[in-house]
Amino acid sequence: MSISELKKQFIEGRTTPVAVINRLAGEISARDARTGAYLSHNLETALAVAGRADLSLPLGGVPIAIKDNINALGQPCTCGSRILAENYRAPYDATVIRKLRAAGAIPFGRMNMDEFAMGSSTENSALQTTRNPHDPERIVGGSSGGSAAAVADGTALVALGSDTGGSIRQPASHCGVVGLKPSYGRVSRYGLVAFASSLDQIGPLTRSVEDAARILQVIAGPDPADSTCLDAPVPDYLSGLNDGVKGLRLGLPKEYFGDGIDPGVRRQVEAAVAKLAGQGAEIIDISLPHTGYAVATYYVIAPAEASSNLSRFDGIRYGHRTASPADIDTLYQRSREEGFGPEVKRRIILGTYVLSSGYYDAYYHRAQQVRTLIRRDFEQAFGGVDAILSPVAPTPARKLGVNAEDPLQEYLSDIFTLAANLAGACAISVPCGTTAFDGAAALPVGLQIIGPHLGEAMLLRVARAAE
Amino acid sequence: MPQPHIDVRYVANLARLALDEAEIATFQGQLDAILGYVETLSQADVSGIEPTAHAAAVFGRMRADEPHASLPAAGLLDNAPDQAQSQLRVPKVVADA
Repeated sequence: MSISELKKQFIEGRTTPVAVINRLAGEISARDARTGAYLSHNLETALAVAGRADLSLPLGGVPIAIKDNINALGQPCTCGSRILAENYRAPYDATVIRKLRAAGAIPFGRMNMDEFAMGSSTENSALQTTRNPHDPERIVGGSSGGSAAAVADGTALVALGSDTGGSIRQPASHCGVVGLKPSYGRVSRYGLVAFASSLDQIGPLTRSVEDAARILQVIAGPDPADSTCLDAPVPDYLSGLNDGVKGLRLGLPKEYFGDGIDPGVRRQVEAAVAKLAGQGAEIIDISLPHTGYAVATYYVIAPAEASSNLSRFDGIRYGHRTASPADIDTLYQRSREEGFGPEVKRRIILGTYVLSSGYYDAYYHRAQQVRTLIRRDFEQAFGGVDAILSPVAPTPARKLGVNAEDPLQEYLSDIFTLAANLAGACAISVPCGTTAFDGAAALPVGLQIIGPHLGEAMLLRVARAAE
Repeated sequence: MPQPHIDVRYVANLARLALDEAEIATFQGQLDAILGYVETLSQADVSGIEPTAHAAAVFGRMRADEPHASLPAAGLLDNAPDQAQSQLRVPKVVADA
């Protein structure tokens, strides 16, 4: 059910926020043992909030599932990690949670994720496995895997995720839902546990483009608590949503349609492109020449920032502390060793290395220079097109466990989503059919649409036409 | 660019991670493979290119200088692994003389 349909039912008295929360709790009991999307949910609190919901507000009485790295007062915020799983309770609301509450929404449910959002499958959660609702032997994608799976499974209406290199779009693609990564600076990061601060953005996962627009409308905008959140005015994302693509110029970057794409993914994405052309869009071949460097650039910059951000988990102020440490160094080293999982450790070590004396210029500084080249690719492209079309991921959802010992292979699957984060562009994944793949009859495929910085209104308009 | 090889034990110590021997062995191969891939960056022509630290950099942002409530100490301390007398408790930090 869409947000607008739910609001209609509220107004007509056909259901109530309390009944909706109770129904969701029933769906979770019935199905989430199989999917594993929820880490926790607090039914009692949600029912109390639902009982006094103001239905006149934009999201009045609408329950929203929250990725477990966004702080909501009094609730757990595990980040899918043992280091925060024991007894951490959020001491404040993230700005997005504050805004959602002010708009009448009800945060309900804490969603599984790759530990500290590091991963593309949700297999890096230290807490539980999340399975694809379309095929339980397959990944949901990640890192916002719990959010995507619950929306696809009908155990959540809408959800929030976070996207550092594709972590909203790729699980949305694998689960057949809509996932929007706003432009860098469009949505406040205050209260989002930081992974890579120059790349992270919070965004919605929904069943429709219109729902994504409704949530962005509420969470976008400036925030004194986040100096990287931009002052730019927030346009009305709904008014032009159905304006169509007639006369728009849409770019197809040749680097995103090369070898290595599953033929079924290519076929569905090309069909989506043809559909937009049929609605009057002009399709233009373009080039983003530095695309081949995106994975290497990202896997220097993101771990570098992560190694710094995760230094706060030291067993002192919050999170896991090792038992009976002999001295302060042992406390730090053992607490972190026991609290972090392998992918987080790998990235901390990689990030510490590329920032260390003697390697900084060769790796980190150079990656930042290449980031400039990637950003310029997009600036040039958006001089000639209104939006860019591509696949979200080279293949549909793979089977669980495949890349467990080969992190580099897993990183390479992020090829189509990383560049938007490096450039700060907005991007969205929209379902574009299913394909047979690797023994499965029908797995969802996502079309990625990339828009210029702060171009969400245009992005959503194209996405609505592609839907 | 330097040869792609991380001294995992040394860097883990910098990052305050007490890895065990099995982890060091596993990470060594994985991280060297990742670094080998990252070497592709050396093929990019970056002469005269300014680095990008933030995709949408803004500088010198100041919020209004108005008093406002801080987060309550009690709620923050509730998350501490060890506390006493409204303070965080840690092992002795300064060595005996």
